[in-house]
Amino acid sequence: MPSTAARVVLVTGVSRFLGARVANTLQADPGIERVIGVDTVPPTAPLGRTEFVRVDIRTPGIAKVISSAGVDTVVHLSLVTGQGGPRAKAKELNVIGTMQLLAACQRSPDMRKLVVRSSAAVYGSSPKDPAVFTEEDEAVEAPAHGYAKDTAEIEGYVRGLTRRRSDLTVSVLRFANFLGPGVDSPLTRYLAMPVVPTVLGFDPRLQFVHPDDGVEVLRRMTVEDHPGRFNVAGDGVMLLSQALRRAGRPHVPVPAQSMSAFGGLGRRFGGMPAFSPELLRWLMHGRVLDTGRLTAELAWRPKYGSEEAFADFASGFGRGAPLALLDRLAAAIGRD
Amino acid sequence: MNAHHQERVDEVDGARVIPIRPGDPGPDASGMPDTSASAPPRSGRHPVERAVASGLAFLRRRITGDYEVDEFGFDPELNANVLLPMARALYERWFRVELVGLENVPAEGGALLVSNHSGTVPLDGIMLSVATHDHLHRPLRLLGADLVYQVPVLAHLARKAGHTLACPADAARLLGKGELVGVFPEGFKGIGKPYADRYKLQRFGRGGFVETALRADVPIIPTAVVGAEEIYPKIADLKPLARLLGLPYFPITPTFPLLGAAGLVPLPSKWVIRFGEPMPLSEYGPEAADDPLTVFNLTDHVRETVQQMLYETLLRRGHPFL
Repeated sequence: MPSTAARVVLVTGVSRFLGARVANTLQADPGIERVIGVDTVPPTAPLGRTEFVRVDIRTPGIAKVISSAGVDTVVHLSLVTGQGGPRAKAKELNVIGTMQLLAACQRSPDMRKLVVRSSAAVYGSSPKDPAVFTEEDEAVEAPAHGYAKDTAEIEGYVRGLTRRRSDLTVSVLRFANFLGPGVDSPLTRYLAMPVVPTVLGFDPRLQFVHPDDGVEVLRRMTVEDHPGRFNVAGDGVMLLSQALRRAGRPHVPVPAQSMSAFGGLGRRFGGMPAFSPELLRWLMHGRVLDTGRLTAELAWRPKYGSEEAFADFASGFGRGAPLALLDRLAAAIGRD
Repeated sequence: MNAHHQERVDEVDGARVIPIRPGDPGPDASGMPDTSASAPPRSGRHPVERAVASGLAFLRRRITGDYEVDEFGFDPELNANVLLPMARALYERWFRVELVGLENVPAEGGALLVSNHSGTVPLDGIMLSVATHDHLHRPLRLLGADLVYQVPVLAHLARKAGHTLACPADAARLLGKGELVGVFPEGFKGIGKPYADRYKLQRFGRGGFVETALRADVPIIPTAVVGAEEIYPKIADLKPLARLLGLPYFPITPTFPLLGAAGLVPLPSKWVIRFGEPMPLSEYGPEAADDPLTVFNLTDHVRETVQQMLYETLLRRGHPFL
């Protein structure tokens, strides 16, 4: 068995939040000789000793980068949720990009390890879901739209590569929603709406993962060998109503049928997020992951639970108004 | 309330007197959610003042989201202070529920309560929850049909009350955490059966509950609920309307839809809930879950036990409404 210690690491999606943070963490590791970052756009922040290569992973150019640099470890983070642009482009980036990348990995004799950022979205969201998903569970209703479908397809291609290159160490990480300072995602944009619409009659169970923990998991997966699929989420569960109350966000219940119209209006007039079918389903039924396999494999627990990750994110919001009145009343009675 | 319970149990001649609150030697708590209000004022403050203060504290916690839910979405605080008190009024005043065999339910550790299902509307599950919460101090985690989780409002209230979807994974997870889990193996066939078939157990599903109990190595507590059959006597079923609404049945009762919304008020039947002796499954071992014949036999055995308990409890209850 050849040594799988990462020496030359390629990070995709390096110009975006997660990619940049992972590249920065990896380059601090003296055991790693080179960190190569690729993306379609130039990075916004300095990357240190990470070598940036502007290449579109949808093109065979990525294969040249991998073979010429002798890349032995690929950390694939360039999954996009496609909220900003047209859906077709996001799908193209996600699925075709991954196919090209995996094809290049399969061809390269230097390749030892592949770490893929996937998403808990592969489990879908439905009223028939088990309360908690383990890695062995499959989606009760296979995701038929958007980002969730992309992740499912990407995992399919990764399985294909694992079959053909059994010598590779392949780790697939199914992340819950990232939440913390600096994160920009459909979820953070949703929570930042002036009045947050919730689905009338539903209160989903949510889990979050703090970027610090996400980066740590990705680092450990890169420098150590942990083959397999792993759920990644902060401990504990929050209800959407509870999260909005903790953040002091004004919210209004809207019937499910009107949600998409509501979101459409917001996008047209306020630059706010549209509600993709998968986001809507998640806002109705939620999703909870069992992280037992990850914590056992790494002998490590996330520093931030779901509640702490949310609190860290929500510290930017102000407090709600009716509390002052309540506190005055309580004080009048002689309790604080 | 509890005093009322005690009285009802005592007045029946020869009946087993059950401990209403095992391990609670003091004067019986009133069952009110707000214990600080009913406790004697220690700091010399007026009890009403204390009640208002704790009410405000509760309100503040709710508004700021300062409470915990478990991975199933169970919100014990909301359940004890809002959801159960509403059900408790029905439990005590309307159905005058009497409990028998409470000592058969283990005070701790995983156990699977297997009950008959009846009443057109699943009030039997809610009454069982009140019973275990008030008299055993254990939340009952029911396994419900997926329909529950598709209906707005019901979906999240069921989760907040501690219930979850009837699937092997959820049941195993709850039992593994040492919870008291309740299941109605008859499902819609039981709850939606016509009034003429009252107290006749339907098929007990496919025995999934036995497999779950075997794998988790927990005892099965056979449970008979008498009284729920009379709350909404279903005399007919509008099948086409049910199909249109995506419901398993659309009941016609003597009062619904004849009296409109008033027809939604359940009839005030007298309820008796009997918990049978635990059936330990340890002797079979978890591998028996993969032996269909053992599972079938055990399923039949549980079903016959519950049916027998139903007949006995019916006799004990006497008149359905008095």
